[in-house]
Amino acid sequence: MTEDVRELYQQIILDHNKKPKNFREIENPDRKVKAYNPLCGDQYTIFMTLEDDRVVDVSFQGSGCAISKASASIMTELVKGKTKEEAEQLFEQFHDLVTGKLEVDMFELGKLAAFAGVRDYPARVKCASLSWHTMHAALTTDTKTVTTE
Amino acid sequence: MNLVMNIDKRELLTDLSDLVRDDFPILRGDIRGQQLVYLDNAATTQKPLQVLDTIDRYYRQHNANVHRGVHTLSQEATDQFEEARRIVARYINASSESEIVFVRGCTEGVNLVASTYGRANIGKADEVLISAMEHHSNIVPWQMLCETVGARLRVIPMNEQGELLLDEYRSLLNDRTKIVALVHVSNSLGTVNPVKEVIEAAHERGIPVLLDGAQAMAHESVNVQELDVDFYTISGHKVFAPTGIGALYAKKNHLENMPPYHGGGEMIRSVTFEKTTYAEPPAKFEAGTPNISGAIALGAALSYVEKIGKERIAEWERELLRYGTERLSQVEGLKLIGTASRKASILSFTLDYAHSHDIGTILDGEGIAVRTGHHCTQPVMQFFGLSATTRASLALYNSKEDIDRLVEGLEKVKEIFA
Repeated sequence: MTEDVRELYQQIILDHNKKPKNFREIENPDRKVKAYNPLCGDQYTIFMTLEDDRVVDVSFQGSGCAISKASASIMTELVKGKTKEEAEQLFEQFHDLVTGKLEVDMFELGKLAAFAGVRDYPARVKCASLSWHTMHAALTTDTKTVTTE
Repeated sequence: MNLVMNIDKRELLTDLSDLVRDDFPILRGDIRGQQLVYLDNAATTQKPLQVLDTIDRYYRQHNANVHRGVHTLSQEATDQFEEARRIVARYINASSESEIVFVRGCTEGVNLVASTYGRANIGKADEVLISAMEHHSNIVPWQMLCETVGARLRVIPMNEQGELLLDEYRSLLNDRTKIVALVHVSNSLGTVNPVKEVIEAAHERGIPVLLDGAQAMAHESVNVQELDVDFYTISGHKVFAPTGIGALYAKKNHLENMPPYHGGGEMIRSVTFEKTTYAEPPAKFEAGTPNISGAIALGAALSYVEKIGKERIAEWERELLRYGTERLSQVEGLKLIGTASRKASILSFTLDYAHSHDIGTILDGEGIAVRTGHHCTQPVMQFFGLSATTRASLALYNSKEDIDRLVEGLEKVKEIFA
């Protein structure tokens, strides 16, 4: 098997795909954002509870490929408890990582580093970033329910 | 005894891929360090040297605009362009080349018919009948027409195998039905529809029929006169020609009565600011400078298929389909989507432990190109309760080894995911 594919499907991604974290609905969330990728049919809903400037809880439900599901799972783990600003910084780092925009310090990135392999698969960048864009939409909108593509 | 004879016959069948593979330079290439296995022919086919050389020769030696100048090059370009029209007519057995309109592909062909024939003949409370397995290109143009004129879009249902329900079809036909538009061969299921029966039933009520021939041209013998079909759309790139060229076949009397499509040069007889008179078909529907090199290359592609032999290609693809169905059916957790009794060499499937996009990426890592997703047939996916499938679609240059490589690739998917 080629190294590229192994690098893309790291164990951490496979684990999160099989047993996603925060894979549940939040009752009466402050934000509920639906995400849909019309190209491949991936669809997720992200739920979020906010207190002042902090994301106190975030979860997701839906279906899609392993990359998009693992990404959503890890996103919820990383963003939970962060301030809006910190969450947006993570989003930026993640975006730069998967689009190969800059050499990122893998050590600093922690769990996000698992998605470095996506750089070699431009067709899969959308899968990896779908939930992050949705999280970003949840943070930047004032309305309770929005739909993003 | 019968069984033994069957096996013998199979072994005697020539491996067509051996004979034609060298004609397709791209197939010699590597993908991610592995020899390419191209199994995405329903999306687009690869181009043989005979087509590539034709395009090169045209631009090097004959390039000029058609139907205009008196100079030599313009005459050469016009001759080759019109010869291509004759080849298309011959390939589908049209009674005259004037029944062939060059368009960009099936999408433009359907849009042309919907906006010209459709607007002239379909009105409020009329019905347009399509099927449950249409490509978006044979749904959306009719939806747009229906919205404009206040007509109703109705759908012929299918069964779990992906076969049309013909009794339901007959009961859907009524006095308000003004056209039946149907795919000849389904791109996502592989079903070869019983188009002759469909056309006969429609004609009994005087209803014209359009067939979307995108997938049929490279795999089926198409005889428009025998089918008695009213409109037939062709996409060149699905039959070894370049993208951006195709043809619409329409019966002469339809073309004569239909209003023009685009206005411009080429489609007129005379123009004044007060009034324009239109050219005779097919020129009436070919406004603007056409895709000249594309049309000539389409002619070269169809001649290439004719030289190899449509029946021989069909026979080889039947064998590939049989072998592919048998091999894939043995893959654990694999479910074939589309199991009609008459099928073209298209194998759509799902794996119960992996999403089609992950399958597609892992296969790409093995050098294998397949299509993943909804194949521009979202209603088909909804019918089967799926968001996507993986599709391997085979052409004359594919071999049994290609299918073996696909099965080995799927083993890798299992290694990672199961």
